[in-house]
Amino acid sequence: MKNYLPHLALAAALLASFVLSQIAPQLDDYAVNILVLIGINMILAVSLNLVNGHTGQFSLGHAGFMAVGAYTSSMITLAVAPSLQASGGLQQNALFAGALFLGGLTAAVFGLLVGIPSLRLRGDYLAIVTLGFGEIIRVVIQNTDALGGARGLAGIPPYTTLFWTFGLAAITIYVVACLVNSTYGRGFIAVRDDEIAAEAMGINTTKFKVNAFVIGAFFAGIAGGLYAHFISYIAPEGFNFLKSVDIVVMVILGGMGSTPGVAAAAILLTLLNEWLRDFEQYRMIIFSLLLIVMMIVRPQGLLGNFRHRAKRTRTP
Amino acid sequence: MDWGNFTQQLVNGLSLGAIYALIALGYTMVYGVLRFINFAHGDVFMVGAFAGLYVHRWLKPMLTFLPEIVSAVIVLLAAMAICAVLGIVIEKLAYKPLRQRSRLTVLITAIGVSLFLSYSAQLLFGAAPRGFPSLIDNKTHVLPGGATVTSEQVIVLVVTIILLFALRFVVLKTKMGLAMRALSNNPTAAALMGVNTNAVISFTFGLGSALAGAAGIFFATLYQAIDPFMGILPGVKAFVAAVLGGIGNIPGAALGGVLIGLVETLVVGYSNRIGIPSGYRDAVAFVILILILLFKPSGLLGKAEREKV
Repeated sequence: MKNYLPHLALAAALLASFVLSQIAPQLDDYAVNILVLIGINMILAVSLNLVNGHTGQFSLGHAGFMAVGAYTSSMITLAVAPSLQASGGLQQNALFAGALFLGGLTAAVFGLLVGIPSLRLRGDYLAIVTLGFGEIIRVVIQNTDALGGARGLAGIPPYTTLFWTFGLAAITIYVVACLVNSTYGRGFIAVRDDEIAAEAMGINTTKFKVNAFVIGAFFAGIAGGLYAHFISYIAPEGFNFLKSVDIVVMVILGGMGSTPGVAAAAILLTLLNEWLRDFEQYRMIIFSLLLIVMMIVRPQGLLGNFRHRAKRTRTP
Repeated sequence: MDWGNFTQQLVNGLSLGAIYALIALGYTMVYGVLRFINFAHGDVFMVGAFAGLYVHRWLKPMLTFLPEIVSAVIVLLAAMAICAVLGIVIEKLAYKPLRQRSRLTVLITAIGVSLFLSYSAQLLFGAAPRGFPSLIDNKTHVLPGGATVTSEQVIVLVVTIILLFALRFVVLKTKMGLAMRALSNNPTAAALMGVNTNAVISFTFGLGSALAGAAGIFFATLYQAIDPFMGILPGVKAFVAAVLGGIGNIPGAALGGVLIGLVETLVVGYSNRIGIPSGYRDAVAFVILILILLFKPSGLLGKAEREKV
């Protein structure tokens, strides 16, 4: 029997985001702001969870892919939008959809270039390569005048609405959840649980790891595009290491490998970041201590399920 | 070809490379005994620089009667000792409870420790870059050919070489060094032969962190400015150096560090001629890392390791 539940859930979520965007004018700007940030963070966290949670690799450069998507889509809309000025909403939305998609695609290509060398090998190379990548992409943007350099890109058309944000968040959750629960997706979990055993069962571990990473990068690029067209201004500093860490914290608190947990953590931490705005200098100290204590006491995450206990390595 | 300029680049590259080499040694030694990347190592380097700043400030009024070079050595040793203690404490509190856990758990903890150190330093010392005093009278010497070398660069190079030989002695000639090598070779067999695993791991962290502390002081001396996030990029580059030399291989880390320092400096020095803007200097190490991972993941001096079940 075919399971229609995920498809129905997706349809319901898309409908809900449409309704939400219709009542948005009645909400105050601050509430809309936070809602959009929640949606973007959900996309980022759920897509990073595919890499860090389900596949058991560790990427620290999600903000780098976000930057690639943000800059690509912004360059496209900045180039095309002026010629659309007079025309209606449909063309704008079509342009935005195309720009977001190309932004995601470019981020995915970068993901492929970064992923292949680092995921071919065992060990923690991905963490340091992605950390390096995130820093380098920032340095490159800062030194490229065509992309606005350190000043950033301003005047990006504000196309992002609640419908776009939550619609895409719903699609991200749908794609990741369906992928992981599919027969194919079991491969990701097999790679996480025991790479050697997975390989012995005939799984091409490198291919699975790279696929997860590229899909993660694609959605990070889309989230970057949404973010750019929401804030209307992007600068390389906005996509620094700290941003990547924020997303990593969401995934770890939510429970690596648990999509609902991570989505919930994205909501919780976005709100928490707003409340802790006045205590900015303590925020990261609290988060870092939380990471250390969690790993010792409760590695499956605050909201993670008990199925995924931390694997104990055998003594060789 | 302008040989004066070339020599100048070599001198600058070597002194930068010496710093990368010292940090890379810590990565490689910890990797050797525990098989994990100690992400917090770059931050220990940062703590070394701040420790140097404060020790210098506290001791300066008391040590005016000593020659400059002696007080500089005292500052260096004090910073190294502080970093060694920090490294040992980090290992005991954060990593030791995770000895039998999965790699990913330890890696996340290491990132947590790294962030904790950076942000605590930001809270304590402020986010703005701080000036670093010259520990010695800095003279500029002119080499034949027109290149110049500062006393600070000479001292950084000489002290690094002394530290490398001291490390070589510790690893090859002492009982503790033998235990380190045994642990790196096969932890279970080493434990069965009566090696006190915990003591050796603590010692390794202490040694690596002390070297990072020395690197922190040298970096601060050469660049004269320190900030709480100064550890990230040198940390990543030193890791690249460790991978370039072959991770787990001690001479490899030193060689890799010097090579990375040289290549980075030469690329920046000749940026107009080879058409790479000097703003991309931080990308050099990254490109090198990608190339090694593609073509020789075991590094220059490392041996390819077989995965055993």
